[in-house]
Amino acid sequence: MTVALRNVSVLYGKRRAVSDVTLSLAAGEVLAVVGPNGSGKSSLLRAIAGLIAHGGTIDRGHAAVGYMPQDHAIRAALTAFEIVLLGRLRSLSFRVGEKDLAAAQAAMRELGIEALSGRRIGELSGGQRQLVFMAQVLAGDPTVLLLDEPTGALDIAHQLQVLALLREVTRQRHLTTLVVLHDLNAAARHADRVALLDGGRLVETGCPAGVLRPDLLRLAFGVETAVMTGPDGHLVVVPLGVCG
Amino acid sequence: MSGSAIAGWRVANARRMLASLAASGALVTCFAADIATGPAMLSPAAVLRSLAGMASDPMLDAIVWSLRLPIAMMAVVVGAALGISGAVMQTILNNPLASSYTLGISAGAGFGAALAILFGAALPVPQAWSVPIAAFVFAGVACSLVAGVGRMRHATPELLVLAGIACLFLFQALLSLLQFLASPEALQQIVFWLFGSLQRSSSAKVAIVGVVLTVVLPVLLTDAWRLTALQLGDERAGALGVRVGSLRLRAFVAVSLLTGAAVAFVGTIGFIGLVAPHVARMLVGEDQRHLLPASALFGALLLSAASVVSKLIIPGTVFPIGIVTALIGVPFFGWLIAMSGRRS
Repeated sequence: MTVALRNVSVLYGKRRAVSDVTLSLAAGEVLAVVGPNGSGKSSLLRAIAGLIAHGGTIDRGHAAVGYMPQDHAIRAALTAFEIVLLGRLRSLSFRVGEKDLAAAQAAMRELGIEALSGRRIGELSGGQRQLVFMAQVLAGDPTVLLLDEPTGALDIAHQLQVLALLREVTRQRHLTTLVVLHDLNAAARHADRVALLDGGRLVETGCPAGVLRPDLLRLAFGVETAVMTGPDGHLVVVPLGVCG
Repeated sequence: MSGSAIAGWRVANARRMLASLAASGALVTCFAADIATGPAMLSPAAVLRSLAGMASDPMLDAIVWSLRLPIAMMAVVVGAALGISGAVMQTILNNPLASSYTLGISAGAGFGAALAILFGAALPVPQAWSVPIAAFVFAGVACSLVAGVGRMRHATPELLVLAGIACLFLFQALLSLLQFLASPEALQQIVFWLFGSLQRSSSAKVAIVGVVLTVVLPVLLTDAWRLTALQLGDERAGALGVRVGSLRLRAFVAVSLLTGAAVAFVGTIGFIGLVAPHVARMLVGEDQRHLLPASALFGALLLSAASVVSKLIIPGTVFPIGIVTALIGVPFFGWLIAMSGRRS
């Protein structure tokens, strides 16, 4: 499933959050969106998810879009299984059908979190909660997956786990995945392509080595960086200091 | 491990059904106690005889059928209506302190009632009906004020809660103004209405609240999964396909009907709408398919129990029920808070 964006812009009142973004996403690949705070990453995701009004065109074809917003604590006394089941909301009826139950269970198994199914969401750790919400999105059988900072509050072990699973699921289900990441090294390691946003505009898009360059990072973040190849062949971005 | 997540969920659901069944049993007991007790000091055997249609004393029949039965049934339907409306308010506003009492809807009804008590003589309707009608209408007005804020762009649940609190202060101030202007006799009537009382019940009034309840609850249950999703926050619910604005509006209309019908006939009764959903939530969780009926059950149970207590405090007289629910409700609520604090 491909998604094509042409000259997409998002306005909040008079403030332009996203400006003239043209981008295409291909099935089976993970595209990481990176950029400084307030660069329009989340707005771009919401526009693709169809949750906010936008200018320009977004061609989703007949895609089923699964969108996972940024994490925040949930007070609801719902169990992990019920949260995942809500991913089937469009087909859920008062008496829950076997197909919906099976889809929810399968999504939990796929992410290895079936053991959490009876636990209340408030009892789970941040990493477990993210996996539960990822299972929720997957239970809806999406063809396009949009995730807003899924690793925001996670330790490095859970970051690796969540992003590795995301990549695996994208390949296996042949999804079109777009993920907002703050951590440039995570983007370099786990994404097939990277899109760099600054001030709502798309600065560059391409393979990690083509986008995560000291000159572009200086332009977007105002930070001097050294970009090198790590021991396992992935790029490593080291921030050196704020540009004078 | 095959089928374990689904099996676990089914077991949890069976346990929830069991909790609701136990609450139904307790409700039946309370309802019976409510009919069996009263200022007339009838023996349970005499009450049973009258209920079975085997009493020869017309006085006994009149007490049981025209006084006690409507009051006991009113406690059940009003408690259920308040329990459901509290649960819905807490869900759509994502706030455990929301209820039609804390967000000014009952205050709106109180203002309406006071208005009818003061100026009802000018209306072509007898006061027995003009007061409930005005209370019902103003509960709707208060609800529309809060819901109107919800139609604003970027309205968050927090903003709606603030709007509700503003609504509470507005109607309390207007009510104080009417009380200031009222004659001593009218003032006494207003104050008595505000205490809340089941004593004005009749079978016609029970039927009206009952009809509202049987129409609104099934309609709310068709939105059960969407209401459940709303507890994940507006954005997640929207991403799952919920049209948050229109769902909230529908829910507000339901709350307005339920609260309006309930308080119109019995006056402002606090704490049922706040406490019943909390008890229900502790026992059946937050899947609204279970929570809404359980909130109705516990609301009915609490008000029915309060009705029994109101007759036992001073034997021979009936204590105003609104005072009883608040007096039972406050320590009970404190206990709930302590319990939930310990669990988290």
